[in-house]
Amino acid sequence: MIPLILIVLVTLATAVVAMSRRNLIHSVLLLIGTWAGIAAFYLWAGAEFVAFAQMLIYVGAVSMVVLFAVLLTRRSREDATLIPESLGRAFSAFIVAGLAFGLVAFAVLSTQLPARKGGASTISVQQIGTGLMGSHAAALLVIGLILTVALLGAVVIAATEPRESEEDAP
Amino acid sequence: MNFAVQHLWVIPACPLLAAAISFSVPRQNRRVSAGIAIAAMIAAFVFSTFALRLALANPALHQTFNFGWFDVGDSRVELGWLLDPLTAVMCVMVSFVSSLIFIFSLGYLKEDANFKQFFGYLSFFAAAMLGLLVANSLLLLFICWELVGVASYLLIGFWFHKPEAAAAAKKAFITTRIGDLGFLLGLIWLYDRSGTLLFFDGGHGVLESSVLSMLAVQTTIGGLAVSTAIGLLLFCGAAGKSGQFPLHVWLPDAMEGPTPVSALIHAATMVAAGVFLMARVYPLMSADQAFASVPVHALTVVAYVGAITALMGACIAVAQNDLKRILAFSTVSQLGYMMLAIGVGSWVAAIFHLLTHAFFKALLFLGAGSVIHASHHEQDIRKLGGLRGSMRTTFVTFGIGMMALCGVPFLFSGFWSKESILHAAHEWDGSVVPFAVGLMAVVLTAFYMTRLMAETFFGRSRSAAAEHAHENSRVMTVPLVVLAVCAIALGFIGTPAWPWLQSVLTGVRIESTSIFAGGALMGVSILLVAVGIGSGWFLYGRRVRSLDTAPDALGRLAPRLFRFLAERMKFDAFYAATVGRLNSIMAILADGFDRFIIGGFVSAIGWLGELTGNINRATDENALNSGFNSVSERIRAAGKSYSRAQTGETHGYLRVLALGFVVLVILVLSGGAR
Amino acid sequence: MNVTPLQLCLLFSSALFCIGLAGALSRSNTILVLLGVELMLNAANLNFIAFWRFSPSPAASTGVIFVIFAIAVAAAEAAVGLALVIAIYRHQKNIRLQDATQLRG
Repeated sequence: MIPLILIVLVTLATAVVAMSRRNLIHSVLLLIGTWAGIAAFYLWAGAEFVAFAQMLIYVGAVSMVVLFAVLLTRRSREDATLIPESLGRAFSAFIVAGLAFGLVAFAVLSTQLPARKGGASTISVQQIGTGLMGSHAAALLVIGLILTVALLGAVVIAATEPRESEEDAP
Repeated sequence: MNFAVQHLWVIPACPLLAAAISFSVPRQNRRVSAGIAIAAMIAAFVFSTFALRLALANPALHQTFNFGWFDVGDSRVELGWLLDPLTAVMCVMVSFVSSLIFIFSLGYLKEDANFKQFFGYLSFFAAAMLGLLVANSLLLLFICWELVGVASYLLIGFWFHKPEAAAAAKKAFITTRIGDLGFLLGLIWLYDRSGTLLFFDGGHGVLESSVLSMLAVQTTIGGLAVSTAIGLLLFCGAAGKSGQFPLHVWLPDAMEGPTPVSALIHAATMVAAGVFLMARVYPLMSADQAFASVPVHALTVVAYVGAITALMGACIAVAQNDLKRILAFSTVSQLGYMMLAIGVGSWVAAIFHLLTHAFFKALLFLGAGSVIHASHHEQDIRKLGGLRGSMRTTFVTFGIGMMALCGVPFLFSGFWSKESILHAAHEWDGSVVPFAVGLMAVVLTAFYMTRLMAETFFGRSRSAAAEHAHENSRVMTVPLVVLAVCAIALGFIGTPAWPWLQSVLTGVRIESTSIFAGGALMGVSILLVAVGIGSGWFLYGRRVRSLDTAPDALGRLAPRLFRFLAERMKFDAFYAATVGRLNSIMAILADGFDRFIIGGFVSAIGWLGELTGNINRATDENALNSGFNSVSERIRAAGKSYSRAQTGETHGYLRVLALGFVVLVILVLSGGAR
Repeated sequence: MNVTPLQLCLLFSSALFCIGLAGALSRSNTILVLLGVELMLNAANLNFIAFWRFSPSPAASTGVIFVIFAIAVAAAEAAVGLALVIAIYRHQKNIRLQDATQLRG
């Protein structure tokens, strides 16, 4: 229990601070902590492969993409610091989020969930591989397609249109 | 399980904590970060001495503490700490030299804006280096090895606004990476064959006899024993880190970093990591010695590479004019010496030389730093001169370092460690080449160090900066004095009369013999040192040049040879012409492949899409349109009225979504209650 | 109150979800909104893993495999989302989400 509680506290704390910072770069750096905390949770639960995937994709790749996006979309050093948000919207956001959390928490606490006692069971990479290539092969193919299309789409959306006057503009 | 071994991680953790604090405090807190860094280093030193005492209690034993890191399938990756005399002695050396250099840096970087950052980097480096020393797993060692490389990159490029420093940092990082690729391959191969990467693991570790004998009997391509091949791959990594031929090119350029960095990383500790690695995996390197039939022994390669490096470094050092660059090539040469010692089978001599070299080379670099600091960053020895009178302490301590490096007999530590290497090379039955090379390097070392001394400290000052130089503050001279004392005293722990270090490292008591046990060999090497210093004095010391533009004395005697050496044997030009060009060719090929093959493929797919689109449009326009037109008019009108809900405000959509979610949960909950 | 580990995991994930929701709703910077959505996705993944961890039949690997798929989709989403951010930036020279209302009806 103790490691779980520690993981939960660290993850939630970094997430809250990340969502409330005014400096965008600080937010992203703190979110890396959140993602690492989630990976730690996966490790705690015995899903090691998922933990590695989380580390690789979120901590390694998504964070970099986000940082690049931050750097590409500001014109000066001060641009990363945002203007304060409008109070009304923040207030309504808290109301909605708090309402959702209260309801879900109530539902979780009031439900008797059958739970297995005992330590974490691990799942081997081999099992995951057989699962992916066996019963979930169709889904795997679809995911591959989605990723390809998404990457092509991202390139197309982000690409500059070539200017007509200069043929070899980047 | 010993409590102390279990908590060996404390040694690297001290500087790591200091680094973390340094990085997180604001930039103005110069005093805090420097104070914490120095305090942590001293704490690490104290813990290291405790560890040394523990290790000395039973020098033949390798005390380990292993733990699992993570599981992949059925196999478990394990890490661990290792305490034996080799680790402990190295830890004490690294933490001691680091503490002194940290203190020296206080003075040297007094005016630098990134002062705090510098101490953070230094602490980070020290943590990685100490971690490398206490690792009981090749994997952990490799991780720390790479961290040390990162720290070195950051510190070489510390003055990143200088383009040379940025380029040198990049060069150092990439060159060592080439060697590390070999290291990584060797590591993976070793894991594949033995299923573990622990050094000592109660009989199952990779350095213990069961695994070693298995590796030595298996053969691979060309009849090479697997242990030989793995050993050579690991040696690639060591050669990259320790600046061995042909990967030595980065080390002299690394002198663009601040001088304390050069002293700590590129002379005393990090570059010695390769030698340490070879000493650590020595059982693996020598596993093939029992088999005469294999085409080549791993250690033979090490010996020849070491010999080539030792000679080449010393030759190039003769013709350099930059104070720090001479010392850098001297480091290359001395590291070659250590490798040579390992190659000829005496890793104890290599470690002995490593320890003494760490002290006197750190001393020389800090002395050079003191000179450079005093003369406003003038590093060209042609423009210095005459500092003997104005910088007394630096002169005396630098002289002690120089005599230790040359191997001036009896009083200085360098003499004894160099002597033991020469002795081992002499007794090697493989070939006489390493021994001969060792003797040649002795002459050259004495020669170029004499030249350096004469040009820097004697004669007249040849520039305004050198003329106005004066002795630095205490914070810089006290470390010099301490190091100078060590440069003298450290030699006595390994003399033939008191072979303490040798007994401790091997775990076997070695009987003391007469101090003159070297006999004729010792006589020859003393003679060679005398020849080197004498000829150096004859050429440079008698009449020190009076103008900074006057030609070099040796350059007058053999101008073409001198120019060839001054251009560092054209290694950089050669690499630019071969490796650099190859890279461009590969890039052009890849570009062509991309443009024509993949591009063609993609445009074929696009063309196919266009074709189907055209067919589709033809059927649409001719067959279906007319009937649908009226229906779509209606739908458009309906859509227009609906679209008023689409405000285009993403936040609004999100809020509606969230509210919908809440309503849904309420519905489910009330449904569940019924 | 007696909270079982499973309930703690679920509370954890719902808290993370709501933090992401609050962030996405309240911030005006498009990148931060995307990151909030990313957090909500992560929270959903947490649920899968938690239920898998405490499920009566641990041999079934469905939960883990679903999370792997979800992570892959999330990576695609991040790539497209950030490309959109860059496109928006090029179009209106800032990335305030409330200014991006070109798609209104």
